[in-house]
Amino acid sequence: MAQINLIEGITMALAHEMARDPSVVVLGEDVGINGGVFRATVGLQQKFGPERVIDTPLDEAMIAGLTVGLAVQGMKPVAEAQFEGFMYPMIDQIASHAARMRTRTRGRLTCPAVFRAPWGGGIHAPEHHSEAIEALFTNIAGLRVVLASSPGRAYGLLLAAIRDPDPVIFFEPKRIYRQYKEEVADDGEALPLDVCFVLRDGSDVTLVTWGAQVKETLEAADALAAEGISAEVIDVATLKPLDFDTIHESVKKTHRCVIVHEAPYTGGFGGEIAARLVEHALYDLYAPVERVAGYDVPMPLYQLEMSYLPTTARIVAAAKRALAAS
Amino acid sequence: MSIAASFEIEYLQYLDESGKLLREDVPAFARDVRALVEAYKLMCFTRTFDGKAIALQRTGKLGTYASCLGMEATHIAIGSALTEDDVFAPFYRDYGTQFQRGVKPREVLLYWGGDERGNDFSGPAHDFAWSVPIATQCLHAAGSALAFKIRKEPRVALATVGDGGTSKGDFYAAINAGGAFALPLVVVVVNNQYAISIPRAQQTAAKTLAQKGIAAGIESIQVDGNDLIAMRVALDHAIKRARHGHGATLIEAVTYRLSDHTTADDARRYRSEDEVKAAWEREPIKRLRAYLMSLNAWTEDEEKEWLAECVKRVDAEIDAYLATKPQAVSAMFDYTYAELPLDLERQRADALAAAKA
Repeated sequence: MAQINLIEGITMALAHEMARDPSVVVLGEDVGINGGVFRATVGLQQKFGPERVIDTPLDEAMIAGLTVGLAVQGMKPVAEAQFEGFMYPMIDQIASHAARMRTRTRGRLTCPAVFRAPWGGGIHAPEHHSEAIEALFTNIAGLRVVLASSPGRAYGLLLAAIRDPDPVIFFEPKRIYRQYKEEVADDGEALPLDVCFVLRDGSDVTLVTWGAQVKETLEAADALAAEGISAEVIDVATLKPLDFDTIHESVKKTHRCVIVHEAPYTGGFGGEIAARLVEHALYDLYAPVERVAGYDVPMPLYQLEMSYLPTTARIVAAAKRALAAS
Repeated sequence: MSIAASFEIEYLQYLDESGKLLREDVPAFARDVRALVEAYKLMCFTRTFDGKAIALQRTGKLGTYASCLGMEATHIAIGSALTEDDVFAPFYRDYGTQFQRGVKPREVLLYWGGDERGNDFSGPAHDFAWSVPIATQCLHAAGSALAFKIRKEPRVALATVGDGGTSKGDFYAAINAGGAFALPLVVVVVNNQYAISIPRAQQTAAKTLAQKGIAAGIESIQVDGNDLIAMRVALDHAIKRARHGHGATLIEAVTYRLSDHTTADDARRYRSEDEVKAAWEREPIKRLRAYLMSLNAWTEDEEKEWLAECVKRVDAEIDAYLATKPQAVSAMFDYTYAELPLDLERQRADALAAAKA
């Protein structure tokens, strides 16, 4: 078994699926000979040829539209946007076509495509290279929206995304691309796309998060444990469709919930989870739901980005507020 | 002065407004008079359908409908030039093409009548449905062409787009992809002179829309879109090139939208009666009829008989459309994903309960 980091999990999944299924193709800017700006597609063109690892002209709308055409005609395209902030021109094709092809044609045409993008802040990148835009996609019916937050989950979830018969938005938290390595077997075992992952069991408070905030949230759980507070940590992983039952089961046990995400507070996906807790778990709660989120400001340039992103201290403080309220 | 590159745009026309042949190099297909008569009959059928669809909308039996009046030669030429294996990515008024590909008039009506099953049509299963977001379908055709190229299949993808659509990035992206990847792609700009109320001259300062293909490095031509023979010649050439690996072509079909943009539009607000009257002089059906009659291939009696037959056939389709029962409420959930997620199962149950109550 190989010791790999998150981005190597992406590469391993792409290579595995391309070898297994000749209809899988990768397309994007610089994905070929350059191996992608983050090296997610490194070595793939050498292995599978330029017809299956396709360097496109510099146009995200083109990449998205070609991807729809490829998918409808029986290919399994995995499109790469170099950064999530470059996905805005893709949204027309994704929302207007990829997401509704199946329902529009009552199942005659389908769009089994993956739209991958490095996601989120924290790597001192230029403007538009550090966005958390998952909520733009969770409101589009017909999509799956997935965020991988560990090497193993990157591998297993990307395999599942490629095999899924419907379009998947697949975000990769670039801040933790190379945070750590873990053993991942290249066994072709996909992970389910409709469950949350409980990363740590606890009994006093439930911390719900996704993406790179898994790092701070686990650190917060450690800090709380040092003070005798037992925190359960859930990586939502697939935001759409949401596995609310796993979150609800946890809250039935802990009676308190803190939701952590780096996307802006208002309209962020944390609001959806909080609303469902109010609808379905109000009487299980001993304290108001807490949200630790990015602020409602454009993502600042990198000198201030760490002040924008949720910190371990903010998560710990929110958990303590929830505990103090009950 | 040194010239880095120079270009020209050919204009192709065989039949003039009165149906007189302008060229001696009549292509083989046009020498087959029976085939020309068949194409003519389809143009008439499409126009009969169009008129009756508008009447249905006016009497509250159809939603907003986009007419194809005046564009029949372009549409029928495309339909006759493509094979079943090719992929057609239409915008939203290309019924003539689709009828030839097996789409039933009742299915067109079903779509505009607010029922998605119209898109699950009887035409080739790989053809795209109508595309409302302007010019986006051009990229679907390009993506399809890329799939054929990857799989080494001798198939062609053809998209239609309006004159307004050529202002959109997706149009340029598609022809650019066609050039950059040497795709088996044909993009037909159906230049009907108006994008709702905006006339062609306000859409771009470019002298022709065909020349936009020059920037993409693909073969580009302007054709009289009301001349079925010229359109077929241009399409046959483009499709043959595409099928044999010689890349993409842009065809600008110059025509005129004789109708309103849709039944929700009133074109009298933005164009003069004189202009429309002049356009009727150039319309495609009259000119092909005159040509066929000059060859003694079509008579007034046949005309009368065929138009009556068209009415009969379209009425039968309308009856079938009107007799179609609405979809069950559950249908709006059942095709959202291959398998209904738990979340949606619950919403589906709610919707079914609400429908029952």
